[in-house]
Amino acid sequence: MSRLPVDLQGVYALWVRDITRFVRAPSQVVGALLTPLLFLVFLGTGFSGAAIPGIPEGVDYLQYIVPGVVGFTLLFGASFAGLAILADRDVGFLKEILVAPVSRTSIVLGRVAGGSTTALVQSLLILLLSIPLGFRVRRPLLAPLALVVLLLLAVTFVGFGIALASQFRDSQGFGILVQFAILPLFFLSGALYPLDQLPTVVQYLGLLNPLTYGVDALRGVLVGNAAYPLVVDFGALALGAVVMVVVGAALFERVEAG
Amino acid sequence: MAAIRVEGLGRAFGDTVAVDEVSFEVGRGELFGLLGPNGAGKSTLVGMCCTLLRPTAGTATVSGHDIRAERAAVRGSIGVVFQETALDEELTGVENLVFHARLYGLSRARRRERVPEVLDLVDLADVADDTVDTYSGGMKRRLEIARGFLHEPAVLFLDEPTLGLDAGTRRDTWEYIRALNDRGVTVVMTTHYMEEADALCDRVAIMDNGAVVALDSPTQLKAGLGGDVVTVETADRVTGLPDRLRGVDWVRGVEVTGGGLGVTVDDGARRVANVVRLADEAGVTISAVDRRAPSLETVFLDLTGREVRAGGDSGLAEPAAVGGRGDELGAARASGPDGGE
Repeated sequence: MSRLPVDLQGVYALWVRDITRFVRAPSQVVGALLTPLLFLVFLGTGFSGAAIPGIPEGVDYLQYIVPGVVGFTLLFGASFAGLAILADRDVGFLKEILVAPVSRTSIVLGRVAGGSTTALVQSLLILLLSIPLGFRVRRPLLAPLALVVLLLLAVTFVGFGIALASQFRDSQGFGILVQFAILPLFFLSGALYPLDQLPTVVQYLGLLNPLTYGVDALRGVLVGNAAYPLVVDFGALALGAVVMVVVGAALFERVEAG
Repeated sequence: MAAIRVEGLGRAFGDTVAVDEVSFEVGRGELFGLLGPNGAGKSTLVGMCCTLLRPTAGTATVSGHDIRAERAAVRGSIGVVFQETALDEELTGVENLVFHARLYGLSRARRRERVPEVLDLVDLADVADDTVDTYSGGMKRRLEIARGFLHEPAVLFLDEPTLGLDAGTRRDTWEYIRALNDRGVTVVMTTHYMEEADALCDRVAIMDNGAVVALDSPTQLKAGLGGDVVTVETADRVTGLPDRLRGVDWVRGVEVTGGGLGVTVDDGARRVANVVRLADEAGVTISAVDRRAPSLETVFLDLTGREVRAGGDSGLAEPAAVGGRGDELGAARASGPDGGE
């Protein structure tokens, strides 16, 4: 019954569980949207009309940061998937999952599916909320591609969260690390300003950050001012997603239930 | 074929040996108990049999599958109820069971049949659609037992199934465990409650310091002690009484203690009067008489020279009261190197 490395019914079970919990806890959904919303309202309107170096002329600052903040929302939401694994360990439920006859890879894929879906919903909500604030989708025909970008980003960062979580025994240490990691990833992604404004060494760090390509691709498909060719963005995103899921699965494989 | 065959199975955590190369077999359909104080290695042993912990010595087969080489097959053939609650409390009882059914690959039709069936078996049908955080401790335990049985495993492992439950709920839980066993499931349960092992188990392996120190049916284990012990407290010297008792054919043994005598007899209830009469004849004044039927408690005492728990009560034992050894996995004491062969 579990000869296959991937057990689809097991993946589905984990996905349904994540969605059920997500739907049942609207306060968490709203809570996760507050920080990005603050960024949008205060930065987007505060710097509206300001001449920010490196931003193409004619592009309003709100137009510029909506893709960045949407990417941030996703990062924020995805980090909870790692936390969810450790929360399961804290309450003992991880044992129920680990003792089942499904491969570790299926468990990781199930978590990626669940975590990505919830993070995707959250980032789409922010995108919708940005419209009454004045955001305009310039290229509606390409907009569906934004979904693909968001999905690839979600998979990448959920995979990252799982890889990280498998190295921790409890949720507290992990929570602190995630808090610490999210902001540098955000600032080093070109979400708020173009990366070429940063010192060269820091720029290279930014180029290693999958969020950089995600935010750039979102700008490309929604606003129409990407810094890199879309092919580069999508290639980097796909690579990041695959690498992170493989690494996450490999590290999770060694998790003992004790 | 045995349901479980354990061969020289051991696990060390660093220098600490939690399970010291134990070997035994559990027959199909048996209700088998692992009895011992906290830290004896019971949970570690079960953890290895469930493939959740990797052995550092030996191996075991569960339903014919090797726990090292065929982990997935072992997992598919067992159900486990862990010592700590392992439920998603934000989901309902049914949702927890459906999640489990999917993980174990049950078809939709089979699932729809089994979920109500097991809920009914543990009397949780009424609250099936309530979230688990509204359940009492006993209800959670029942839901877990139902879940462990949901996919019809060949072997069901229960780790301290009644820990933390009040006396009435514990007895109810025993009934549910018996009901499952009556349906043909091999049950392996750990417990540190002596009377629980006595009341439920067909056979009991008594564990201490990571080793199995005795394995037999509760009746046989108790019979091995030779009989009831009549304790006689005396006001003064016991003078010739021990020798006089040793000369009688129904006395199995006499032990002189601080304040009197312990007399092992073949039939306690009838022999108390005889002991008293013999004491009278020897001119010994008795201040109190007590008879203790052999229990697994006294068996354990006889085997290890220690009480399982400091207090005699077995209903509310907490880890701290169990000799302060703490967590089963982490704090198992080091045993000597004598177990190696």
